[in-house]
Amino acid sequence: MRQKLILLFALIATALLAWDLYRIAYEMPDSVIGVPFYKIMYFHVPSGILSLSGFGLAMFASIMYLWKKELRYDSLAVAITEVSLVFATVLLVTGSIWARVAWNTWWNWEPRLTSMLICWILYAGYLMLRRAIDEPHQRARLSGVLSIFAFVDVIIVWYSIQWWQQNLHPRPVLEVRGGQGMKGMEGPMWFNLLALALIAIIVVLLRLRQENTKREIESLRRYAHAL
Amino acid sequence: MTPLISTESTAEGHASSAPARKTSRLSGVRMILTIAGKDLRSELRSKDTINASLSFAVVILLLFSFAFDMSPQQVHEMGGGLLWLVFMFAGALILNRSFSRELPNDCLDALLSSPATGAQLWAGKAIANYVLVLAVEAACLPVFSVFYNVSLLAQVPKLAVVMLLGTWALTIIGTVFSAMTVNLRLRELMLPTLLYPMLIPALLAAIQCTGAILNPDSTADNTIWYRLLVAYDVIFTLLASALVEVLLVG
Repeated sequence: MRQKLILLFALIATALLAWDLYRIAYEMPDSVIGVPFYKIMYFHVPSGILSLSGFGLAMFASIMYLWKKELRYDSLAVAITEVSLVFATVLLVTGSIWARVAWNTWWNWEPRLTSMLICWILYAGYLMLRRAIDEPHQRARLSGVLSIFAFVDVIIVWYSIQWWQQNLHPRPVLEVRGGQGMKGMEGPMWFNLLALALIAIIVVLLRLRQENTKREIESLRRYAHAL
Repeated sequence: MTPLISTESTAEGHASSAPARKTSRLSGVRMILTIAGKDLRSELRSKDTINASLSFAVVILLLFSFAFDMSPQQVHEMGGGLLWLVFMFAGALILNRSFSRELPNDCLDALLSSPATGAQLWAGKAIANYVLVLAVEAACLPVFSVFYNVSLLAQVPKLAVVMLLGTWALTIIGTVFSAMTVNLRLRELMLPTLLYPMLIPALLAAIQCTGAILNPDSTADNTIWYRLLVAYDVIFTLLASALVEVLLVG
């Protein structure tokens, strides 16, 4: 069943991405409000949304583990965190490329960029912490607590553009009621968000299966040792 | 000598009437203070960590003065960042030992099986760490003043407020992460790796506020940074006290 679901999602995501890439490349204008190279935003913004919401979901999975003490929630938390971290990397890299073109610098210590970089380091630390612990329940417990602590930074990332108001990084471009800038350009962005979300779900499902297999192997190994 | 575990705390959990609840709360506070007192007494007797932390702080201050030959104006601009980096590095040494000092002779297991809850244990240790880190910071200020030729006397009250708020942020997170990493094989590496990124918002706020205090020409409005520092302290104190039981006991 899960295999078929993954296949279905993969087909839909491929079709959506292909169609959307065609629209972005040929139907959208080359520059918007005098800014060329804006098309990288079609990947930057969805990556941002997916990474931040992924970290939120991972925190909920961690809370579920701490509540229920079932390792499948821990597997879900690590799978979502890893995928979210990849999207966070895409977000930072595409943002940096955009900064080079639009602001003439690869990096700027502006609140949103800084808080997002901290967020990336924190979740990289989460994965490092997991590697340092062998016992599955101890690993799940400690990393679950860290995931809750790290999520505070996600909130700071989200509100940084409102709290500091430095206005270098724009306010949300993609909002249900119409965001800032990019008027009439949001269509392909929503579809890109959907396609990338499907890809994220596929990878999480695959990673979950891998985690479950790994846990089974570990328990078999412990059983063999006991014998 | 005060007993490590107050016998009154056994009433905890059975307290149903108002006087019993009051007694239970009181014994909770006493438990926290007992643990803080135990840690402080043990540190003051051995002086291992505080000596290492203080000499490390002085060495960093010395190294920074060699690395950057700063003019008085630059000292005013960069002093805040420099001081907080020193406080953070020196503080991490104290925090690293906070829980690991309980590992020999299974003292941590003994503490966990005592009537003290995980949150009380954490609070006691956090208070002890807070006092120790503040002591190191207070000792660093005159050294900073001499090495960098800055007069700090007039700014001490304002500096004290920032130091009290910033150090509380450092110690609460540091004590939780010390509990988190106590049983890891890479304990000494994992604590700074996790602690420093988590501290950055508080550290940034403390640096901005301290910088503005040190710089007489500063006209910046730092209200947002003070608010961030206070909010950080409150949020993480609540989070830590709620989650530390899970960390220590499961």
